[in-house]
Amino acid sequence: MIKLIVDGKEIEVPPEYTLMQACEAAGAEIPRFCYHERLSIAGNCRMCLVEVKGTPKPVASCAWGVRDCRPGPKGEPPEISTRSPMVKKAREGVMEFLLINHPLDCPICDQGGECDLQDQAMGYGADTSRFAENKRAVEDKYLGVLVKTSMNRCIQCTRCVRFASEICGVPEMGLTGRGEDVEITTYLESALTSELQGNLVDICPVGALTSKPYAFAARPWELGKTQSIDVMDAVGSAIRVDTRGREVMRILPRVNEAVNEEWISDKTRHIVDGLRTQRLDRPYVRENGKLRAATWSEAFAAIAAKLKDVKGERIGAIAGDLAAVEDMFALQDLMTRLGSANLATETTHAFDPSLGRASYIFNPTIAGIEQADALLIIGCNPRKEAAVLNARIRKRWRTGQMKIAVIGDHAELTYKYDYLGAGVDTLSELAAGKQSFADVLKGAKNPIVLVGAGVTARSDGAALLAMAAKLATDIGAIKDGWNGFAVLHSAASSVGALDIGFVPGEGGLTAAQMVGEGALDVMFSLGADEIKLPADAFVVYIGTHGDRGAHRADVILPGAAYTEKSGIYVNTEGRVQIAGRAAFPPGEAREDWAIIRALSDALGATLPYDSLVALRKALTEKVPHLLRIDQIEPADPAALAALARRGGGAIGKAPLLSPIGDFYLTNPIARASAVMAECSRVASGQILTAAE
Amino acid sequence: MLDDKDRIFRNLYGQGDWGLDGARRRGSWDGTKAIIEKGRDWIINEMKTSGLRGRGGAGFPTGMKWSFMPKESTDGRPSYLVVNADESEPGTCKDREIMRHDPHLLVEGCLLAGFAMGAKVCYIYVRGEFIREREHLQAAVDQAYEAKLIGQDNVHGWPFELYVTHGAGAYICGEETALLESLEGKKGQPRLKPPFPANVGLYGCPTTVNNVESIAVAPDILRRGAAWFSSIGRPNNVGTKLFGISGHVNTPCVVEEAMGIPFRELIEKHGGGIRGGWDNLLAIIPGGASCPLIPAADCGELIMDFDGTRAVKSSLGTAGVIVMDKSTDVVAAIARISYFFKHESCGQCTPCREGTGWMWRVLSRMVEGRAHKREIDMLLEVTKQVEGHTICALGDAAAWPIQGLIRAFRPEIERRIDDFSRRATLDDQGILDPAHMAAAE
Repeated sequence: MIKLIVDGKEIEVPPEYTLMQACEAAGAEIPRFCYHERLSIAGNCRMCLVEVKGTPKPVASCAWGVRDCRPGPKGEPPEISTRSPMVKKAREGVMEFLLINHPLDCPICDQGGECDLQDQAMGYGADTSRFAENKRAVEDKYLGVLVKTSMNRCIQCTRCVRFASEICGVPEMGLTGRGEDVEITTYLESALTSELQGNLVDICPVGALTSKPYAFAARPWELGKTQSIDVMDAVGSAIRVDTRGREVMRILPRVNEAVNEEWISDKTRHIVDGLRTQRLDRPYVRENGKLRAATWSEAFAAIAAKLKDVKGERIGAIAGDLAAVEDMFALQDLMTRLGSANLATETTHAFDPSLGRASYIFNPTIAGIEQADALLIIGCNPRKEAAVLNARIRKRWRTGQMKIAVIGDHAELTYKYDYLGAGVDTLSELAAGKQSFADVLKGAKNPIVLVGAGVTARSDGAALLAMAAKLATDIGAIKDGWNGFAVLHSAASSVGALDIGFVPGEGGLTAAQMVGEGALDVMFSLGADEIKLPADAFVVYIGTHGDRGAHRADVILPGAAYTEKSGIYVNTEGRVQIAGRAAFPPGEAREDWAIIRALSDALGATLPYDSLVALRKALTEKVPHLLRIDQIEPADPAALAALARRGGGAIGKAPLLSPIGDFYLTNPIARASAVMAECSRVASGQILTAAE
Repeated sequence: MLDDKDRIFRNLYGQGDWGLDGARRRGSWDGTKAIIEKGRDWIINEMKTSGLRGRGGAGFPTGMKWSFMPKESTDGRPSYLVVNADESEPGTCKDREIMRHDPHLLVEGCLLAGFAMGAKVCYIYVRGEFIREREHLQAAVDQAYEAKLIGQDNVHGWPFELYVTHGAGAYICGEETALLESLEGKKGQPRLKPPFPANVGLYGCPTTVNNVESIAVAPDILRRGAAWFSSIGRPNNVGTKLFGISGHVNTPCVVEEAMGIPFRELIEKHGGGIRGGWDNLLAIIPGGASCPLIPAADCGELIMDFDGTRAVKSSLGTAGVIVMDKSTDVVAAIARISYFFKHESCGQCTPCREGTGWMWRVLSRMVEGRAHKREIDMLLEVTKQVEGHTICALGDAAAWPIQGLIRAFRPEIERRIDDFSRRATLDDQGILDPAHMAAAE
């Protein structure tokens, strides 16, 4: 620890601190533009200047180490002043320079109200300008579908350049030219290719990079802000949903160091217009082959009539990717009362929750990736399945302390890895120690075996999962204080469904069996849009969007999207999180659990809870750990030994490729979003992205 | 005046052979092995006692700079010597004469300096526009390799690789850390200091960056002894120095002279006197464009060394003296220098990027007088806002000439403003127009 005096206050800080960190530890506020705690230090905005006693010039506190400060002549601790006249004058000077070429267009700037430059100008700006020359004009650049530019406003802090190359891993942005002619641009003004590019808007301290879909849509001070959880993937990123009236205007990240740090993927952020279009806002009943708008009671009556003489084993339920735990719990409860054990989700057939929780969660945790020193990725493209988690892998890789190998897609993951092969054979060879990476895994202190959708979505997924568990056990990835077996789910509902046992009961059918010809008479679909529903069953679809499931449905019961209900989601780590309600469902749509509760009444199998609170009480009595919000229930690694022992039958020869073809179109909300559609077209090269 | 026997650059004007044979005849590569055998500490100590101050402009003691390098590598990182031959300061043209006409002084200096700081690899970064200089220097390096003076198994017993590389013509790449960035193949932008290059320099390894002249004089200092070198000039300002004299003199030249030579003597003896006589002198810029100008009144007693120029609030810089006689439009001259710095600012940090353009624009208005008098003080304040707040010294370099101008020629600027506003308030017939007057206020 090093002793310092900051503004007359003596503090002790670790020697690796910068002056800025030390000053903040002492409670002093340091203005900054180029400095961002998750990016490398550029030190170019010069706003964070402080005075160090004994140095003739003010120093940039973001770049000056505490250990670079010299003690006084008699060994007194170095004295730093953050409020002296010299500092004030220096910062005012820098602020004036930043403003002379910055346009005075705050009233029409989307950053207005949440702009660092605006805020700091209140503290250090002058009320008039002494700059009598013409302001610099800079041409706007094309950066793709999501990021709008207004380059006159740019203050050349290079945060975006550093973000793109360091966090995104796509070195596509840069600073061209020199002197006052420097300009931020992408190479030849092509669209950015990162799935995290939306964060550039948050990173930009001024209004140079703003959100294109949100352009001129709302002002920050007129928005209601609701803390929530994202459901686009199984990471469960912390988000803030901003609403104006009933409408969701935008989605921003919240800081959650354990999950998403402060980034979210573009799908998470720009799904917003998908919440407005293609919505189911009233019940429908199919009559004579055509769907007709109906009332709730008509819809319930149609279901009750159909169910009258149907036996329990001829009824089934499939939950979709976006279902909340409460909804699945209510549906499970209803199915039990109807005498059916046919319960499944679209994505979890490879897992057996009876083995124990460790067999289906991301045991090392997302933050734990930063302790890992070897990573084997099996059948997974983390960049598409969980873009934010991929950034965490890249973060660890950049420290040079983690070796990575991949079996599966040979994709551009933004970091270097050993490509071992795509096939199941490669996995068996590795398990037998015939691949050189086996030695890396065995020699590693904290190895991770990451299993993705390329394994779990296969029909032989259970056997492959057992094989991976055996591999993880054999290389010593499971030991005291470290469990390196990591399942990366692709759907937000997966772990929650497994936690409450939303899986085929005794004698129950799996999802694949349920959708077979003639397997069922009545099928409940809780937003299952990725699976092909059977042609001969009577399908009751509870969901939000007119997507694949609704097209096939015989009765449609309009539900609430994730921003319109409070729901528990369990992320891939097994972290229980709660999404908040930011808006209301459109038209006659209702919250899904309430629909199921009302339906149960119509079917004469009334569920015993009349409120969400009562439902949660029943839920947590059965699954107590769902009560512990934001925490991960410790999982017993013994489950993995059981999984490894169990094996699981024949394994096919197909390559372990990730089933996610298009990152931007993985769920009904995304498919309803025009922004996502355009992103998808740009990413697949269907739109040429020249600057126009 | 410097005795011929005390000259280090004996082929400054290229009259003799610049190659290895010629250099040997002039005494280069003589007893180099013996110097190396005396050891690193002796060399560094000798350089320290010689009192040599860096010839690149800042005047940092060279021996002390060498002593900052790690004695031996504790973490496996090699040490590097980098020679800054990116001589781009307007008014300065001394290093190119060394590279063109006596390159072996530099090559031998590199070997000795490299040995003294434990560097087995040296890069010479030559300014992009220097074509012939690069050719001669490369030829000299090739000759030295062939004669086994440098290279892996050379006769001196210190394995030493020497690479000549070149920039693309950006002034900022003469700043030592920007030079290192450029050498690494990146955009030439200065780095944040600390860490200094002696800790984290080229490719993250300990590096010393020296000016060409500092390195080229080292062999002679070590051969003739520190006492010889320090006996020339005034205390703290010792040795010989290349002076470049350009501008309104009768015979512009580059000349080796003793430090501390009176300015008047330098001009009279080597520059052939001021064009139109001494009384026609208006001002000088003593050491390249970034030094504040010195008005004629201060030039009479001016001593040309670090302390002498500092006494008149300027600096010696690279000792490239630009002489301006009374025909010079001094405001336009400084505005042109201001344009140079605006053009060469790398654009990385705010005060320099925004300030250099602002200063140039205001100053170019003042050339015509199209300004307000209060803007003179505003301009001075802007220079103070740039100075000392930037990552590298280019901000300071852009500010100083303007500060020098305002200090010495404020009445001239005010006169132009008065003239301009007077013209603006007269109509075509030269009659006062009250409407125009109000507008001019």
